Amino acid sequence: MSPTAEARRLPDRGTGCGARILRSWELLLAVIAILIFIANTQASPYFLDPWNLSDATFNFTEKAMIAFAMAFLIIAGEIDLSVAGIIALASTAMGWALQFDVGAAGLAVIGLGVGVVCGLFNGVLVTRLGLPSIVVTIGTMSLFRGISYIVLGDQAFNGYPESFVWLGRGYVFWVVSFELVLFALLAGLYAVVLHATNFGRQVYAIGNNPTAATFSGIRVARVKMILFVLTGAMSGIAAICLTARLGSTRPSIAFAWELEVVTMVVLGGVSILGGAGSIPGVVLAALIIGMATFGLGLLNVPGIVMSIFTGALLIAVIALPRLYRLIRTGRAA
Amino acid sequence: MKDTETDADPVLRLDGICKTFPGVVALADVELALYPGQVTALVGENGAGKSTLVKVLTGIHQPDAGTIRVDGAETRFPSAGAATKAGITAIHQETVLFDELTVAENIFLGHAPRGRFGLVDWTRMRGDAAAILDRIGARIDPRTPLRELGIASKHLVAIARALSVDARVVVMDEPTASLSQAEIEELYELVGRLKSEGKAILFISHKFDEVFRIADRYTVFRDGEMVDAGLIADVTEDQLVERMVGRSMDAIFPARTATPGGEVLRVEGMSHPTEFADISFTLRRGEILGFYGLVGAGRSEFMQALFGVTRPSSGTVTLDGRPLVIRSPADAIASGIVYVPEDRGRQGAITAMPIFQNVTLPSLAQTSRHGFVRMAEEFRLARRYTERLDLRAAALDQEVGTLSGGNQQKVVIAKWLATRPAVIILDEPTKGIDVGSKAAVHEFMAELAAEGLSIVMVSSEIPEILGMSDRVIVLRDGRIAARFDREGLTPEALVRAAAGYETAA
Repeated sequence: MSPTAEARRLPDRGTGCGARILRSWELLLAVIAILIFIANTQASPYFLDPWNLSDATFNFTEKAMIAFAMAFLIIAGEIDLSVAGIIALASTAMGWALQFDVGAAGLAVIGLGVGVVCGLFNGVLVTRLGLPSIVVTIGTMSLFRGISYIVLGDQAFNGYPESFVWLGRGYVFWVVSFELVLFALLAGLYAVVLHATNFGRQVYAIGNNPTAATFSGIRVARVKMILFVLTGAMSGIAAICLTARLGSTRPSIAFAWELEVVTMVVLGGVSILGGAGSIPGVVLAALIIGMATFGLGLLNVPGIVMSIFTGALLIAVIALPRLYRLIRTGRAA
Repeated sequence: MKDTETDADPVLRLDGICKTFPGVVALADVELALYPGQVTALVGENGAGKSTLVKVLTGIHQPDAGTIRVDGAETRFPSAGAATKAGITAIHQETVLFDELTVAENIFLGHAPRGRFGLVDWTRMRGDAAAILDRIGARIDPRTPLRELGIASKHLVAIARALSVDARVVVMDEPTASLSQAEIEELYELVGRLKSEGKAILFISHKFDEVFRIADRYTVFRDGEMVDAGLIADVTEDQLVERMVGRSMDAIFPARTATPGGEVLRVEGMSHPTEFADISFTLRRGEILGFYGLVGAGRSEFMQALFGVTRPSSGTVTLDGRPLVIRSPADAIASGIVYVPEDRGRQGAITAMPIFQNVTLPSLAQTSRHGFVRMAEEFRLARRYTERLDLRAAALDQEVGTLSGGNQQKVVIAKWLATRPAVIILDEPTKGIDVGSKAAVHEFMAELAAEGLSIVMVSSEIPEILGMSDRVIVLRDGRIAARFDREGLTPEALVRAAAGYETAA
């Protein structure tokens, strides 16, 4: 090469790293989270009580566990709308197993196992048969919950053993619940896998350009399969926590949670088109949704209004960046 | 090269048309005139600017400079609809029709006859469609859903659609590319009928036999410029080939002195059910093997099968004497065969990701430890290869999509070299990139070959094939049509082998 080429040296990072952080979605979420926190303290004198704050975390811990895996799936360009169905089926399986006296560990294994099998089923349909995941998982969403309805009808499974119930209601230390600890551990784990491993890098590559990813030697179908199984497993874990916390299983358990999970992921800055997003963003989104719904609860806002709130939030989050771009390019032109 | 002697005024006249895309001049000061009742053949190599011209004519692209005159009056085509309204219609290589609609609906889509209350007059539409189909000698029921028709019949529907808007200028972009011999004959008849109706026809083709059979005039494009035009009667096939290829070898290619070493890759009897058949060749250490052919000759399809993207139906691949089983690109990369695809944006680069992550994507095993990425290693690897290629960028964390075409191509090539392959397949390595980047890529290829890397280069650019290859294989219709050593390799011989035109001499 020419001597000038030898002399030129490309820097690792360009200028404007600081500016990029200032403009980041995560920072905006952090500001919103703080604002909601302040608003809550103003709205209700009970909010700042440590036990109330601890209760507030149950609003998001189980959903957020699924949201971490869902974030991977959506970044890779797929989606799983059957997660709430998986919870219903896993919970039903655990309730059904109660009659055999299987203990807490056995129940947890069953819940997790059902989640994995459901995820595998979704994954096979999407990656082997090449079906679009949105259609496949709308189908399995009804299928999984439908099985629960057949098994349970209008009945419920009750009588979970005390050691199992601890998984949903137990505290590790003072007001720090087992679920909160699990949530924090999983957040760390998923953040590391997505942002610091080859696997995470491949997930981004697949979401941005599946063809180029294939041409780069990434086994796209295998990665997607792993992600579906992972999402199924996380739904299983969420089913364990939720069932333990409620102490009973009804077929309507976790109804419409898939929407809240997807809202959490998208609010966290994960592109619904795939290829972009971060786990810290999803954690912040979980805090925001958890605190907002808890705050509305303290104000005695009825549940139906909360679902309106969630729906409006989902649309706003998807529309706002596009509106912002429209306005900016409109000004430039 | 103006035709002052004309029997009629041109229906359509282009003067000084220029069109540039980022980094590429697609059309430079091009002129073209189309006359009523005459067929003008537009010939040129792949990438000579023919398709861009069609898009300018049909209002899909706006020219940067130049004038378009219809019946002598200057006009502009801000949209496809404006061109249609001016009586210009095109039948594309891959015609845009709608499989789920009927033949009549396809013909009249967007300008269906209206009846009372502005509703579509279905009876009249079917009648008109039947009349047009009858006029072009197509025996197709207008009520047939399009998806039930074969490719040739779909072409006829496209032509009927063109006639339904009362077109005066019909552009046919390689209309015979996917037709059988019998269907081609029918198309010729149809062209004759359109001529007799006084339509001006622009006929784009690679095939010289059909150009001489049906065209009255010719225009030759090379590298975005109009190099010649005139009456077919005044020119011979040899002259046309010569003008299309050009004598000038403007690009300066690096000198290649090293002689290739021992055999590295051996491909035997590779076939695919539809795309290619019975392809065998060997590749030696430090050799550059060129693959030439027309678009659709099966070159990329064959290379992608070799790389494991698609599965060939038969054939064996041996690398360094070891037989290989390649079921996926991952297998190919692991064995030391890599492929730099032609479609950079779709298959090569991940444009929304930074340069260094693109470069290291197939080499993550090299830069990571226990599955964890090590960015310092990634930056080091990315820098080593991008600086060697003289990449022009602000920083290694810049998104690839913000780079120029030539620099994107450097990133893609760097990505594959970083895997330290034994064989690299370059599919149109300099397509659509600027002259400076082109030279850098060529220089780098020569350097790599001298270092012992074996290169397969697919190219549609004759100067590049001539300037870079040690040997050349020409594909036609998915089969090997000819093999050349460096001696005896002439542009004319390449074009003849690729187009299937055998000289009598």
